[in-house]
Amino acid sequence: MADLESRLRISDDAGVTQVEFIDRNILDEANIQAIGDEISGIIDDAETPKLLISFANVDHLSSAALGTLITINNRVREKGGKLRLANIDAQIYEVFVITRLNKLFEIHESTGEARKSFD
Amino acid sequence: MPGHDGAAADPITVEVINDRAEIERTETQILERIDHHDFPKASRFAVKLAFEEAIANAFQHGHRGLPDDTPVRVTYKIDADEIRIEVQDRGPGFDAADVPDPTLDENLDRPCGRGLMLMRSYMTSVRYNEQGNVVEMVYRRKAATPSA
Repeated sequence: MADLESRLRISDDAGVTQVEFIDRNILDEANIQAIGDEISGIIDDAETPKLLISFANVDHLSSAALGTLITINNRVREKGGKLRLANIDAQIYEVFVITRLNKLFEIHESTGEARKSFD
Repeated sequence: MPGHDGAAADPITVEVINDRAEIERTETQILERIDHHDFPKASRFAVKLAFEEAIANAFQHGHRGLPDDTPVRVTYKIDADEIRIEVQDRGPGFDAADVPDPTLDENLDRPCGRGLMLMRSYMTSVRYNEQGNVVEMVYRRKAATPSA
C-alpha cells in the first residue's frame, strides 16, 4: 500500500543507505511487517546493497523485530551486500547478546564508525 | 489506589483482543503498578519485553486459526517484591520443549523462535501449564542486577 506512512527515515550517503526508526518501540506486528517490506524494497532496488541501520531512537524491540532484521541480513548477503547496525542502546544490545545475534550482525557504536566500515 | 503500599495486591484479570491499543492499555496498567512499587528501570524493561513476547506468542501461535476477535486472558498481580503475570490463550496449546534453541549456530540466522528464550532470560521464572496454553511469568525484585 503506497499510501502507508513510512516508519523509517531513509537517507543516502554515497551509495550507503542509512535507515533510522521513527518509533521508539518496535513491537507492533503490523509496523514490523511494514518496516521489513520497506527495507526489502531498498534491497531489491540495489545491485549490491550497503545498508546502515541506526537504532538511535529505539527503546524497545521484540523478537519479531529481530526476526525481520535477520531476514534483511539474509537478503543483503544473498545479493553480496553489507549490513551494519549502529547506535544500539545498552539494554537493547543486551538482547542481541542474550540471543547471540551480536555474532550474526556487525554492530558499531556509532553511525560514523559504521559508515567508515563500508569504505 | 492509595493506601496499598506493602500490602498484598489482589490479582487483576482482563480480556485482551489482538488490537495494539488494547494490548498497550493493559501493558501501561501493568507498568504503572511496577512504577508504583519503585522497581528499577531494568525490571520495567524486562517485564515489558516478556509481556510483549507472551502476548505475541498467544495471538500468533496460540490463536492461529481462531477468529480474529478471540481474546487472551491476562492476569497480573504486582506487589513490592514480585511481579506475576499469566497469559492464557484459547488455543490447543504447545510443548515448550519442542522449540529449538535459537542460540545454536545452526539456528542463528532463522528469523523465528526467540520469544520464549527472551521471556526465560528476563524473568525469574516462566512456566507453562500441561496443555501449553497458559504461561505464568514471575519477576522477583531480588533477581534484578545488583547495580540496578
